[in-house]
Formats: sequence, C-alpha cells, structure tokens
Amino acid sequence: MKGKGRVISTLLVANRGEIARRVFRTCRDVGISPVAVFADPDAALPFVGEADAAVRLPGNTPAETYLRVDAIIDAARRMGADAVHPGYGFLSENADFARAVLAAGLTWVGPTPAAIDAMGSKVAAKKLMAEAGVPVLPEFDPDSVTADDLPILVKASAGGGGRGMRVVRELAQLKDQVALARQEAESAFGDGTVFCEPLLERARHIEVQILADQHGTVWALGERECSIQRRHQKIIEETPSPAVDAEIRGRLFAAALAAAKAIGYVGAGTVEFMLAANGELHFLEVNTRLQVEHPVTECVYGLDLVAWQLAIAEGARLPGAPPEPRGHAIEVRLYAEDPAQDWRPQSGTVVYFDIPGVNSEFTVPGEFGLRLDGGIVSGSEVSTFYDPMLAKVISWAPQRRSAARRLAAALHDTRLHGLTTNRDLLVNVLRHEDFLSGDTDTDFLTRHGVAGLAVGADETAVKASALAAALARASGRARTSRVQRGIPAGWRNLRSQPQRTAFEVGGERLDVEYEVRRDGLVTSLLPDVALVAGAPDAVTLDVDGTRRTFAVRVYDRLVEVDSALGAVSLTVIPRFADPTEQIAEGATVAPMPGTVVRLAVEAGQTVAAGAELLVLEAMKMQHRVVAANSGTLTELRVSVGQQVDAGAVLAVIEEA
Amino acid sequence: MTTLTSTVDVNSSAYRDNRDAMLGKLGQLNTEHAKALAGGGQKYVDRHHNRGKLLARERIELLLDPDSAFLELSPLAAWGTEFPVGASVVVGIGVVEGVECLVVANDPTVRGGASNPWTLRKSFRASEIAAQNRLPLVQLVESGGADLNSQGEIFIPGGRMFRDLTRASARRIPTVAVVFGNSTAGGAYLPGMSDHVVMVKERAKVFLAGPPLVKMATGEDADDEELGGAEMHARTSGLADYLAEDEADALRITRRIVANLNWHKEGPAPDADFAEPKFDAEELLGLVPTDLKVPFDPRQVIARLVDGSVFDEFKPRYGASLVTGWAAIHGYRIGILANERGVLFSEEAQKAAQFIQLANQRDIPLLFLQNTTGYMVGKEYERAGIIKHGSMMINAVSNSQVPHLTVVMGASYGAGNYGMCGRAYDPRFLFTWPNARSAVMGPQQLAGVLSIVARQAAVARGQDYDEAGDAAMRQMVESTVESQSEAAYLSGRIYDDGVIDPRDTRTVLGICLSAVHTAPVRGAEGFGVFRM
Repeated sequence: MKGKGRVISTLLVANRGEIARRVFRTCRDVGISPVAVFADPDAALPFVGEADAAVRLPGNTPAETYLRVDAIIDAARRMGADAVHPGYGFLSENADFARAVLAAGLTWVGPTPAAIDAMGSKVAAKKLMAEAGVPVLPEFDPDSVTADDLPILVKASAGGGGRGMRVVRELAQLKDQVALARQEAESAFGDGTVFCEPLLERARHIEVQILADQHGTVWALGERECSIQRRHQKIIEETPSPAVDAEIRGRLFAAALAAAKAIGYVGAGTVEFMLAANGELHFLEVNTRLQVEHPVTECVYGLDLVAWQLAIAEGARLPGAPPEPRGHAIEVRLYAEDPAQDWRPQSGTVVYFDIPGVNSEFTVPGEFGLRLDGGIVSGSEVSTFYDPMLAKVISWAPQRRSAARRLAAALHDTRLHGLTTNRDLLVNVLRHEDFLSGDTDTDFLTRHGVAGLAVGADETAVKASALAAALARASGRARTSRVQRGIPAGWRNLRSQPQRTAFEVGGERLDVEYEVRRDGLVTSLLPDVALVAGAPDAVTLDVDGTRRTFAVRVYDRLVEVDSALGAVSLTVIPRFADPTEQIAEGATVAPMPGTVVRLAVEAGQTVAAGAELLVLEAMKMQHRVVAANSGTLTELRVSVGQQVDAGAVLAVIEEA
Repeated sequence: MTTLTSTVDVNSSAYRDNRDAMLGKLGQLNTEHAKALAGGGQKYVDRHHNRGKLLARERIELLLDPDSAFLELSPLAAWGTEFPVGASVVVGIGVVEGVECLVVANDPTVRGGASNPWTLRKSFRASEIAAQNRLPLVQLVESGGADLNSQGEIFIPGGRMFRDLTRASARRIPTVAVVFGNSTAGGAYLPGMSDHVVMVKERAKVFLAGPPLVKMATGEDADDEELGGAEMHARTSGLADYLAEDEADALRITRRIVANLNWHKEGPAPDADFAEPKFDAEELLGLVPTDLKVPFDPRQVIARLVDGSVFDEFKPRYGASLVTGWAAIHGYRIGILANERGVLFSEEAQKAAQFIQLANQRDIPLLFLQNTTGYMVGKEYERAGIIKHGSMMINAVSNSQVPHLTVVMGASYGAGNYGMCGRAYDPRFLFTWPNARSAVMGPQQLAGVLSIVARQAAVARGQDYDEAGDAAMRQMVESTVESQSEAAYLSGRIYDDGVIDPRDTRTVLGICLSAVHTAPVRGAEGFGVFRM
C-alpha cells in the first residue's frame, strides 16, 4: 500500500449524504480537514456545508457525478487533499478508482486495488474463497439455468445493495429478469455482468466485520445479522445475531479471517454469509469497504471504525486483540419509500425531521442510548437520482429486547413530514413477537406480509387525526385570516350544515364534517369525541373517554399529524377541481418521478389491462407501468430518455 | 384604564329565572329560524337536489372561505305575513378570498325563488348595507321573477333593484352575478347590471322574453337555450363573462373573481392583538330581567362584550341614567351609549350630544345599547327644556357620520328609540335580543292614554262612559301593541337586521365592525343647529 506512514491532513470524501457526514465527523474528531464533492441535486444537503471545502460535480446522474473518477481526482488535487475516502457504494469497490487515487500520489483509505479486484467480481471471489476452504454456494451461468435449479437468484457480479438482484421461480421469467438485472447493474455499477445462485429460503444474512492493519493483524469484530431485507436490501441490522452461538461464531470468525487473509486484506471490510436453517454457512461475498451498518459494531465494541480506517491508512498498528463487546445494538434504515406501494421510492422535500431523544450523531453514545446517522435535515430535498435512504437510527442497550423497544419508541415518536417513509414498517417489525424472539430470516417481511407490517395508525387514529387536522386548520384560519380575525371559526347565527374538509390519506378519501358550537364539537366522523382544546399547532381531543393531544403541522395542502396513536399524513383535497386540470379518463400517469427507459407499446395499438406500457427508472430501480384498462392506446406522450414528474400523463387508453 | 368587574350572581334565583326565560325565548327564536332554513320544505328541497342543484345555503357555504363566519341578515323577514319566513332569499355577510362580501342568494325551493314584496324589501336592505359599508355584492341568482299574485306591490318599487346595482358599480363597489337558473324578464337586468357575470352551463336562463312570449310577440320559434342559455351568453351575446361547467365550478370562478378585485379596506385596521372579555358571555342570559320595567346595569353587558372588559367611562357622575364611554371590540375602537335606568333626562340628552360629537371629532364608531322607556315627561322637565335637550341628542345622532351599531337589549319606547339610534336613524346595523320590545310607548301606557282620551271625549259630549267597552278596548289595544312590539314582529318587517342570541352579540358586533371598516370611517364636519 502506497502512502504508508503518511499523515493525512486533508481528506476528500468521494461520497454523499449520511456517509459523507459520518466520515467528516471523525475528521473533526482527529483534526483532519474534510473536503466534499457534490452533485447538483445535493447542493443544499447538509454534508456539503459541513465540509471545509466542497467541489461541485456538475450533473445529476451517478455516472455524471459520483462515478466520475477523473473529476474526483481533479477535485482532490485542486483542494490539496492528501487522501480519499470512498464511503460505500459508488466508487468504493472500484479498483480502478483506487489505482487512480494512488497514482495521483494520494492515500487511498481502503484495501489494496488487488484485494478489491479479487473480490470485485463475485464470480471470481467465490472461486478464490472455495480454494481457501471457505464454504460457498454453487453458481450457474444465466444462459444454462434449468428448471431443476429453481428457485434461483440473479445477481450483479459487481453488485451490492440489492441492485441488479432478481428472484426467478419460473423458467419463463428467467430471460426478462436477467435482462432487467443486467440493465440495473449496468446503470448502477457500469457493469452488466450477472450470475445465478440457488435461492436459499429461510436463511439468515450474517456477516463479520473485519479490521486489518498493514502489519498482518486481523480482527473479527463480531457478527452482524442483516436478515430483515426488502428487495434484497437490508433495512434492519444488529449485533450480535440472536441466531449465532459460540460454536457458529467460531466457524464464522474462522471463515472470515481465512477470507481476509486469502486476499491480504487491509482496512475495514465485511465478509458476508448466508446461515441456512440447518446451520450451514455459505460465503456470499466480501465487501471491501465500510458497510452501511457499521454503527452497530461501533456501539457494541466502543470503536470508531472510520478513525481506524484512517489510522490504518496512515500505517498504524492494531492492538493484538479487539475490545470486548458490550450490549446489543440495532440499526434501522429509514427510507423515503412506500412499503405498501411495492416499496415505491418517494422524492420531494422532507419539510420537517426530528427524532426525539437522540444521544449522539455519527458517533457512539457515551452510554447506552440512541445514535442518529442522518443524511438529511428539515427542509432537505430527496431527489430521484440516488438511494432514498434518509437516515440510520441506532439503538444500543444492554439487551436485545431493550434495544428494540427503545428504537421502536424513538421511531414511533419521530416527526418526519413531507414524504412517505418505511417508518411504520420498521416500528412494526421491531415490535413483532417473532422479531423479538429472534426468529428472523431473509423472508421475514414476505412471510409476515408487508401490507400488514406497513400499517401505521389504525382507523380511529386516522379519523381522530383528520379531525384534529381540520380543527387545527380552522383555528389557524380564525387567527390569521385577513379579516374578522378572532371571530370563532365557522361561526353561523343560523346553522344549515357543518364545515367540510376532505383529505386524502393512504390513497383514500376521508371527508371530515365538523361544527364547533357554543356547547362543543359536533361531528359525524367519530361516535364519541369531544374537543378539549384547539390551536393551530395542537388539538386535544377526548376520544372514547381518553384524552389525546395531536400535534398538527400544516404545509400548504399537506397536513402532518403526530400523536401517541401514530403519525398520520393527510393531503387536503381542494374543494374545487379546475376543469382544465382534470385528467382525461383512461390516462395513465407516472406513479413517481423518473426517467422513461423503455417503451413497450406504440400509439394506436390495442392494449389489454395489465399489459406493460413502459418502464420508468427512478432511484436506480426499474418500475413497470401497466395499462389500467383495456382499449386503444390513443396517445403516448413520452419517449425514451424523457424525465417525467409524478402525476404526468404518460399515455391515454380509450376504452374499447 | 378601567377594567369592569362582575356583579352577576349566577346562583341567585333572579339570575336563574331570567336565564330560563331567555332560553325559552331563544327556543322560540330557533323554531322561527328553522322555518327560514327549511326553505320551501322537504319536498321542494328534495326536488331541487334531485335536479343536481345545490340549495341557497349550500351555494353560500361553497362560496365562502373555509371556516370563515357567515352572519345571516334579516332571516325572519316576512315573519307574521302571508309569505314564508325568510322571504325566499338568503342575505348575509361572508368572507370570500379574505374579502367581506354582501351575499344575496335566492332560495329556489320557495316558489321557484320568486320575489314577493318582502323579498324586495330584504334585497333593498342588502343593497343599502353594501352601499353604506362598501361591501362587494355577490348575488347567487335563481329566481322565477316576481310572484305574480303580488306584482302590483313589486313592479314599481322593484325597479330600484337594478338602479341600486348600477349605482353601486358607479361608486366602484364590485357587483357579481352568478346565474344558476332562471333570471328572466326583469331579472335579466340583474346580470345585465352587474360588473361580473358567471353562468352555469345548461342551467342559466337569461332572456327578456321566453319562447311563448316571443312566439306571441313576433311569431318566432325559439327554445330556452337559443334565447338565453349560458353557452349563448358566453359565446355570442357576451352577457356572461364566464361559462361554468357546473354549480361548484361557478362558485370556484366567483371566488377567483373576488380574489382579483384588488380589494382593500378604507377604514382603519383593528389592533392586531386584543383580549377576550374577562367574563363569560353565557351570563348575559341571566342578566336581563323578565320584566322590562326592572332596569339592569348595562356595564354588566359591556363587561361581556368588549375587549378585556376594559371600559373607560365618560362623565360617569353626570346624567347617570345613560352610560357613555370608550372601549374596543375585536380590536376596533368604539364609543358606547347604553341606557342604565331607562329614562332619558335633560342631563343624559346633553351628555349624549357631547359624547356623539366627540366620537365624530375622533372618527370613532358608536355602539348604542338600547333599553329606554323614552325622554322624561312632566311639568318640571318640560320647563327645564327636555324637548330642547332631547332634540340636541337626536340632532347629534342624526348628523353623526361615524358608523353606528345598535343593539336593542330590552325596551325601546318613544323618542328614546330615536335618540338611541333606532331604525329610522340609519344605524349601519341594528340587532335585537329576543326579549326586546319596541313601540311608541308601553302597551299599558298606550291603552291607558287611549282610555283617558276617550273618557274625556265622552265627558265633553256629556255622555256616560262605557266602562265595559273601555276594558275590552284596553285589553285589545294592549295585546295588539304587545304583539307588534315583539322582536320577531319587528324583525319580520325588517325593522332590524336580525334577532340574535345575546351570547353572540360580541361576535355579531365584531363582524359588523369589520364590515363597516370596509368604508372610510370619518366623523361629521357639522351638525344641525343645537338649540341651547
């Protein structure tokens, strides 16, 4: 490794969002000056302002920005950086980038390019591991898969983070799924190579954190279980794993250390395994970088892994043995996505974000507590161009159950306004009896049903929240109206009908009728409800004899209501629809903002309900847009490559 | 600064009796209001709904800003007449896009929204309010025209409706007509005279003569749509500025019209912050004695009406039977004149005249809280110049140019009604509490006077006086005067702008003060000659 022994003074972080902030945090702790690079959509994110210097990478897509080796090296040079930290994703496992960094005379915070290369191809990596005695799964060429091999998993050889990964259970789907996986892999990693593996069912994802110095010392810093996944992407990670006992841990560590030594690994890395229901371990891959879920290991081991990465790059030696682990840590990934709508990524503005009771950010809490590693703050924009992860929340407690309880409560009480997130799903998983008893595997969500797990506030809570929203708005209007300020809201000397507000909540229309009379609230919405106190930002209701306070925030048409009953997000349905803005019957609209990557139909042709019309790519995932009804496609308003906004009319089908 | 204190004992039997009596009156009032709300009755309401149309008040609710207030005016119009309560039209002050508007909506469930003489009077009053207070006028039109049975009483005076509209326009008061259905013959001039016209597609019908009359007049065959449909007026005649897809769309367009009026109030703005009264308005119910002859302290009413219950009394030790002083309601400065012991003496009249002149010097609106039995009579008072002094007060009230608001809390008898700014003295708004009475004098006094005069006449003619006849006459007169003094009777004749729940008085006055400040508030430069 070049640059051995050289002290880093200025570090460029070739990444964005929370991981950039995470690395900056350590830079500040150790006295290194951090430099950021940023793409145009990220210009206003906190990480840009937190660096000592920030260099713009003009453009939007990863290929134009965070994947631009030349631009990043150039930025490092211009800023006088003497080292580059790649974070995770993007160029973090790109050996050519590592070589370019080293060739530019800079310190590369990571393993050698050779080690990255050895692990970069999953296909080659498995071969190497098998030779080193690490247990591996067989693999198939995508073109020679037979029915007997099914079910299989198609994976991107250069992949990570679940992208380019597809399950195939029927041979008929194979071609399409492989094609989609290749396209996604090409888009995400610039390499469309894919391979297939048997799909292990009811297995757990277990990985071992490795930390190795340049002097031959390798630590195995415990295992992490990351079985709770959606679309093969981890959303809950923890250490230690409830399924790993001393015997399994022994095998895990031995295999991980063998893997690390086989490639002369240096720095922080992760060796991933599948733990089958029968106790067998299968090597998956080595991630030659810092993992998203590294904070759980940091909490339990009381370490700063980024500080060690930097120190190792500077030539430092690890002590002979790692520290003793203490307690249990669980991390959740808070995503801007809608689990109930096939995990549809959300974009837009996070108008408000607050997690109560956070003890530390980007660092281990002084004692057991809550850690937040967030990429966004109130007011941040979430674009369609990158991963929609908003923040990681980590709970560290003496026991697993207490960690889960604290984390679930913190998430439940989190105020996150403006975007749909997976928060309710995370809370429900953390409070699920099977989760709490450690019965976790990679099919957890599918087995327990995403629809059920995604449910937040119940019907009464939604109605009470909607009522609170209407009353808070009424109170706000009475206080801020241009005229008659202070006159009671909705006052009438002759009452002919109630006030009415219509909301959209969870895709459904909810009509709220209410009258605040001299003798109290009258509403048809709930049978037993009374108004205790009403203000523009808080409404206290007595619901079925229980007093509850609802915090209400109004952002134009969006109304966010938070209470102990759960967060409810409502959108006001305007009283009047402008006829010129009405969407034609039979129109298919974009379900999310994105780019049209493929058209499956042509104008004038006949389509059947459910037929694929086109494919939209958003957040690096491809989404099929299908015909809602059968008929003639009279209009196709978009072309390949076109960027569309959510709600834009894509096509019009005239019913046959 | 003086903050009033409460002397109301809510546990006293008098309080409870008063309250029970007032609640009883309010119950009766609600029954009468319910008649206005019921319009033409369930059958016609259903028929109207089944045609896919909205009721007058449903249209108004969609027109108004969400959660804003609506003060309905003259809801009891035509009470006690042969015509339905409410007079087939809804009038009120509401807020549209932050602009206070005078809203007039025909009730098509009452005889097709046809106008009767009371509809006319109520509409005239609406035009007057719009003109005096500079309120944009929004008319939601659907009327079958004049009720032909009473055309004799409508045709000639009815022309004023169109005159008022164009005069409002000439005074730069915006007028908007939204046509939901028929607006034909004379009614056609309603959109014709308005600044802005919206018509609902396939619903609005605006023509001078319908198909039968055209056939009779010229022999031409034509259908409704050709003669006066919304499409025709929007595309061909140009009478309609906007073609609305449906009723809701018409109201959406109307809201945009108002939003684009660039409307600003010309009176001073209220204080941004003000305190609610320190005492509960609920207690007003127990304040007014059931017997109007028993006086009550108006300061207890004021303490429940004005901001922070702060009332700085003017000349508290002079002419103590009339309370005068300064306060604020919903942040608007006002001067208050309130009767304390009913009778107005020379001192009270002079104090009032001075106070009214001060308010005019300072451009402060006045609130009259009436509970008066009139000016004092008798030798001593006539000799002391009670006529001169009463005249000074009436002079001051008549020529005062600041806005006046009047609330009849109890009695309003004799010239006291005039001096305390009764209907004839053009207060911008006048409201009555359900227990109130107005007449030239009390029923017993009036009957007694008639009896004395008749007795004197009999004596003069040397005839015996018919005592039995006298008793019957007195009873008849008493009960007639009694019923004609009642709030509902007077409200039915549009001698007030509505009978209100005393507990709503502050809110009603707040809305009215906001409305009157739409026009400039400027005191009089001169008064009539004060006879000294």
